[in-house]
Amino acid sequence: MSDSSTQRSAESADGLSRRRLLQHGLTVGAGLVVGFRWAPGKAWAQAAAAEVAPNAFVRIARDGMVTVISKHIEFGQGSYTGLATILAEELDADWNHVRVEAAPADVTRYANFAFGAQGTGGSTAIANSWTQLRQAGATARALLVQAAAGTWDVPAAEITVEEGVVHHRASQRSAPFGELVEAASHLEAPSEAPLKSPEQFTLIGKRHLPRVDVVDKTDGSAQFTMDFVGDGVLTAVLARPPRFGGKVASFDAASALNVRGVVKVVQVPRGVAVIAKGFWAAKKGREALDITWDEAAAETRGTEQLLAEFRALLDAEGKVAKDEGNVADAFAKAHKVVEADYTFPYLAHAPMEPLDAVAQLKDGRLQVWAGAQLPTVDQAVAAAMAGLTPDKVEVHTQLGGGSFGRRATTDADAIGEASSIAKASGLDVPIKLIWTREDDIRGGRYRPLCVHRLRGALDADGNITAWQHRVVGQSIVSGTPFEGALVVDGVDLSILEGAVGFPYAVPNAYIDFHDPQVGVPVLWWRSVGHTHNAYAVETFIDELATAAGKDVVAVRRQLLAEHPRHLGVLERAVKEAGWGDPLPKGRARGVAVHESFGSFVAQVVEVSLDTAGMPKVERVVCAVDCGVAINPDNIAAQMEGGLGYGLGAVLHNEITLDEGHVVQSNFHDYRSLRIAEMPRVETHIVASGEAPTGVGEVAVPPIGPAVANAFAVLTGQRVRDLPFAKLNADDVFSGRMS
Amino acid sequence: MKKTLRVNNSVRTLDVDDDTPLLWVLRDELELTGTKFGCGRAQCGACTVYVDGEPTRSCVMEVRHVGDRHVTTIEGLDSDVAQRVQDAWVELQVPQCGFCQSGQVMTAVALLTEIPNPSDADIDAAMAGNVCRCATYDRIRGAVHRAAGGAG
Repeated sequence: MSDSSTQRSAESADGLSRRRLLQHGLTVGAGLVVGFRWAPGKAWAQAAAAEVAPNAFVRIARDGMVTVISKHIEFGQGSYTGLATILAEELDADWNHVRVEAAPADVTRYANFAFGAQGTGGSTAIANSWTQLRQAGATARALLVQAAAGTWDVPAAEITVEEGVVHHRASQRSAPFGELVEAASHLEAPSEAPLKSPEQFTLIGKRHLPRVDVVDKTDGSAQFTMDFVGDGVLTAVLARPPRFGGKVASFDAASALNVRGVVKVVQVPRGVAVIAKGFWAAKKGREALDITWDEAAAETRGTEQLLAEFRALLDAEGKVAKDEGNVADAFAKAHKVVEADYTFPYLAHAPMEPLDAVAQLKDGRLQVWAGAQLPTVDQAVAAAMAGLTPDKVEVHTQLGGGSFGRRATTDADAIGEASSIAKASGLDVPIKLIWTREDDIRGGRYRPLCVHRLRGALDADGNITAWQHRVVGQSIVSGTPFEGALVVDGVDLSILEGAVGFPYAVPNAYIDFHDPQVGVPVLWWRSVGHTHNAYAVETFIDELATAAGKDVVAVRRQLLAEHPRHLGVLERAVKEAGWGDPLPKGRARGVAVHESFGSFVAQVVEVSLDTAGMPKVERVVCAVDCGVAINPDNIAAQMEGGLGYGLGAVLHNEITLDEGHVVQSNFHDYRSLRIAEMPRVETHIVASGEAPTGVGEVAVPPIGPAVANAFAVLTGQRVRDLPFAKLNADDVFSGRMS
Repeated sequence: MKKTLRVNNSVRTLDVDDDTPLLWVLRDELELTGTKFGCGRAQCGACTVYVDGEPTRSCVMEVRHVGDRHVTTIEGLDSDVAQRVQDAWVELQVPQCGFCQSGQVMTAVALLTEIPNPSDADIDAAMAGNVCRCATYDRIRGAVHRAAGGAG
């Protein structure tokens, strides 16, 4: 790490080297990293007292810089800024002197309370840090106050703190944080301190608090895993089985080794890795490999066959998740029955930065640099791959170039692969594994393929008297460490979340599911089960209301009367959108409201048709209730980004299989939303005093059904087989009503 | 094979294969990592650099085709237009994950250099090849307008 190129590569905009700081923390600051517990104790300071660390989440340096330690990865959702805001608020720090550093892998200090393990997901970062970081900030502030009181010999109660400066007004003394570091380092940090009341907040809720990472992400200096250079780093690409479940039977590396720049070819559990000086040589080396695959256990079914099997299950009784009232009786007495089947494709996450990881196995220790979304899980897998115990593995979490769930795998994916390659290579230099985009699109861990059947009963007055929902789809968590948390009383929430949480007041309801085994690996995809369940529920409720001849907003309003937060966002979105106001010809509105991860979102969209018969979303009015709004501008950004991500998927995306081979391969056939398709978005935050909840995923679920509902108004057609791109333009225009 | 490459106002001597894409020469040889790899086949725009001022997908341009033309990367941006674009990006808080933003900024600067006051349609056309999986597009559009001197 000493050559200039590496130092340059690790420079961040504030002039501090993330990697050098980590090293500093691990060597000089052993007391900080090992000795700090989330318990009261003497504030650590190294001999020179360059910094004081009142607790595991903050260090304060002599130059006044406040370093917030984030136990959550930053991959775009704004966690670094949000978490720093909470801590800085209670610390009364100067926002211009706040930086954020990733926490090391350590479940004792940095566990996610929702998981037990250390990790980011389920939009939990803010919710599970709220109290923890307020206390961390408040106790750090109390320590500095105590230091000032001692230094000035004044009562602590007379001391105030503002924007990184400690004041004693009566004696007209003041000191910036940095000047108190030395004194604070000799004191015990208090275990608790009073928290502010919301009206005292100066950072939380402030609209124009800039993100901590935005400058670096505008001038190219932000460092991602892929940007690890220097130190003699070599690049690896891995040849993986062409079908899921395949493995290497034999291989010949001779031609690959003849490619200039190729250093080694090694077999690892996931395939055959080519290690080279630079990506291009590694990729050419991979193309030159001659591998015979053993596909005896591979998944060889295609999408059509899988769908036929799934659809057959729609006719069979599944595992019951909800059975309220008497559904059979209600359907028997119904004035009208509406039934609809839905098909949702496999979806790839396709983060902009393809998966990658750097692993260096040297002197019996493994260092990993990666967008580690589950650091302690990643650490354990990396250790197993390298034949070490986890305490010999250091995980340096890097900025992630997107994830959308993709970097949270219990087999640690790229991190496990890189660690196994480092081990097999026998080399002690850093090895950077890079997935190509083709590796990514064809790499599995998709949003599960699933089919749904919905049935609704209406009485003679158009009231919904019964609701029946059956889902067929692979479980994401079965057989993983997350099974215990997400399969509750036999109900697999990874399949059914958003369906079992159905908020509408319908007296008779029945929900069941099937979880067929398929050899295609699946994973949480931004908002997980909500992605398909919200689409099915929110389009079907619309369909029932329409079948009853009622206004789709009025029906929702009536059936959500007992759900004030659903109702709150619905009313806000409807009002701001001018629901019911005249629209230009060729334009229609649609609405959807959905709760996920404790946050509530309603979207009203205005849609027209483009010349290909595809919906063109002109405007989205989005209302969100996520409890206390920590960073309003980031909430708006996540609403924009989330609905844009969801819109791209419902319009364009599907992963299909042909005899087990993934058909799509890159952005030309797995098309992303592009700028011309991005609607104008207006976000309205519903004021709330509830504890804050997440915003990273929650804008995804409503956009698809809102667009589909508007599309149905415009064309008379209900889209139940996603994506929209499968529509035939002639069919759309021939059925067009207005 | 030894060759020279003009990058960001300096001349660099390299020993790379002729078919190596410019992207990997920049990243692996010159350690200019602001230019990103997103797709490898000119489908996402994350690798956008200028070759003699022309926005170019460096992931599909073999280094032998660069010749003695001048390559500019995000690290080499120094025009007034670039400054305005980057300021607008910060003011409107455009980036989320940030991985595509070097390419977005490069394309936006090229657009404003050619069309100082672009319409929404001009922006959509010029930026069509730059994918942002975080979908920061609404802010990108606003930031381009702001950099052009409009309200944004």
